[in-house]
Amino acid sequence: MREITYRQALNEALSEEMERDQRVFLMGEDIAVYGGAYGVTLNLMQKFGEERVRDTAISEAAIIGAGLGAAITGMRPVVEIMYIDFMGICLEQIGNQVAKIRYMFGGKTTVPLVIRTEGGAGRTLGAHHSQSLESWFLHVPGLKVVMPATPADAKGLLKSAIREDNPILFIEHKMLYNVKGPVPEGEYLLPIGKAEVKRPGKDATVIAYSRMLYFALEAAKRLAEEGIEVEVIDPRTLLPLDMETISESVRKTHRAIIVEEGTKTGGTGAEIGMQIIENCFDYLDAPVLRIAGADVPMPKSAVLEKLAIPDAERIYREIKTLVS
Amino acid sequence: MNRIDKKEAKHLLKQMMQIRQFEDAIMDLMARNIAEGGSHLYAGEEACAVGAMAAIRPDDYITSTHRGHGHAIAKGGSLPELMAEILGKETGVCKGKGGSLHLADVSKGNLGANGIVGGSIGIAAGAGLSIQLRGTDQIVLCFFGDGATNTGLFHESLNMAGKWKLPVVFICENNLYGMSVSVERACAIKDLTKKAVPYNMPAECCNGMDVLAVKDMVTKYAAKARTGEGPALIVCDTYRYYGHSRSDPRVYRTKEEEKSWRDRDCIITFGRKMQEQNILTEKEVTDLEKEVTAELEAAIDFAIKSPDPKPEELYKDVYFESPSS
Repeated sequence: MREITYRQALNEALSEEMERDQRVFLMGEDIAVYGGAYGVTLNLMQKFGEERVRDTAISEAAIIGAGLGAAITGMRPVVEIMYIDFMGICLEQIGNQVAKIRYMFGGKTTVPLVIRTEGGAGRTLGAHHSQSLESWFLHVPGLKVVMPATPADAKGLLKSAIREDNPILFIEHKMLYNVKGPVPEGEYLLPIGKAEVKRPGKDATVIAYSRMLYFALEAAKRLAEEGIEVEVIDPRTLLPLDMETISESVRKTHRAIIVEEGTKTGGTGAEIGMQIIENCFDYLDAPVLRIAGADVPMPKSAVLEKLAIPDAERIYREIKTLVS
Repeated sequence: MNRIDKKEAKHLLKQMMQIRQFEDAIMDLMARNIAEGGSHLYAGEEACAVGAMAAIRPDDYITSTHRGHGHAIAKGGSLPELMAEILGKETGVCKGKGGSLHLADVSKGNLGANGIVGGSIGIAAGAGLSIQLRGTDQIVLCFFGDGATNTGLFHESLNMAGKWKLPVVFICENNLYGMSVSVERACAIKDLTKKAVPYNMPAECCNGMDVLAVKDMVTKYAAKARTGEGPALIVCDTYRYYGHSRSDPRVYRTKEEEKSWRDRDCIITFGRKMQEQNILTEKEVTDLEKEVTAELEAAIDFAIKSPDPKPEELYKDVYFESPSS
């Protein structure tokens, strides 16, 4: 299979869906002429015109609000918020309006809206451009939260997200845009809300998503050389969470480790870990382990930034201690 | 302008009476603890919603506010279904899941009341963008109060609409107070029409107690929006008779001020004017009043007798279940 980058895979998904459905249009800051801060929408304006690929003012709340208004009146917008760190500016529109409108209206409308954004550390951009804020949104019923790690998952999940009649927060990772991988050409859809076992194993279950998947797989490879076979699961969708796949694995391996880049307290690991305890308590041979970001604002210093988030070495060490 | 026939006069007067009696009924139901929770009542402001809606088509959209009962009625909502929704009943327009703050009926073009001040202004811009992209000649009326003009989303959305020439008529119902804080105490400027200036759209003030004045003003700017000339801001000067909500003691305004606005009551002045112009007779006006009272009694009866939502409704409608393709 041909290999393309995560960025190209996303671009391809947008392009294919815009060709397929006239109702799909893109809107956001610097997405048209510039092609997106991380180049995901490169050349789409040239291909589809300024009407369907729209540069907006720096107005995050209005981008979300207008996306919602268009979504409930016959369009299928894909809007971009340049950094997940800017979510605070539009949280009211996402949390109160986008996610709740269907329920508040008694199910009489659908909200086919995709909100693309990206997060994560790795570029020493400091506390306003490096956060992993996905856990904020797990607390918002009505929303779906999708976080692809591989180029193929990025394409398959974005195409499915655009076809969903539910609002989707689609969180990319700034350090993955140049990652290459095999991606099917043309029609390729992956189900929203379905985890995937990325590496089979029997000694422990590691749940890792987005950039952390790569670190977890690296750690798993090293552990395998020492005879420890861990199963690595990428939930891919955090809300709703595929607890069936996760539970099945934990019941088999009797150990669970959650790896997340975001800060530990009140994070994704807290939620997934608690659900594991609720579902698999009798099967556990060890406490559920969280490997997470430090509870600090992301520091600028490359040295401190590296310390603030998990890496393959730390994941390897902590799992080895747990399993031994 | 201002020349209307008997049929239209009756329609306008009746809708205003419906809203007034609806709101008075809710006040009564709250006092009797039949209506639980809060409700922001529109009594006093009827001419704004009724006049504005008389200027647009059924397939046009509106976005509404926390004070949204009047908009929902004027946009063609059913009195029994709206009343049932306010009581949280299964038969309500939103199946009892929205309530007073979230009255909506997308099928009738009402994109919803909103519990967040200014929260629906972006939705209106988006509906306008959708119209532009789909190439239809619909328009959007975006209602909000004076308080909302100080929110960020108001400015972001007016900028977007002004820049893209979206077919949205922004209607500020200036009832002088954002809860208790007056426009004078909250806004750096008193003349709210000036808030449209940086967004390159026309703005005009109008007497929000005069249903025909509102209708004429909205007609003028709706026509412009419909023909691609872009958005406008209309500021309707009006007044809410009740407090902000049921618990409001109204210490921030005087009895004299309240009386001065009640003296300009939109229903009384319009009814009187129609009689003076020999468009309606006194009997026709009193008959209309009785007709509306009977409708309201039926709506209240329907709402009270309607069942509560079933427990299994709790988890329904959070997500749309089968994905479209």
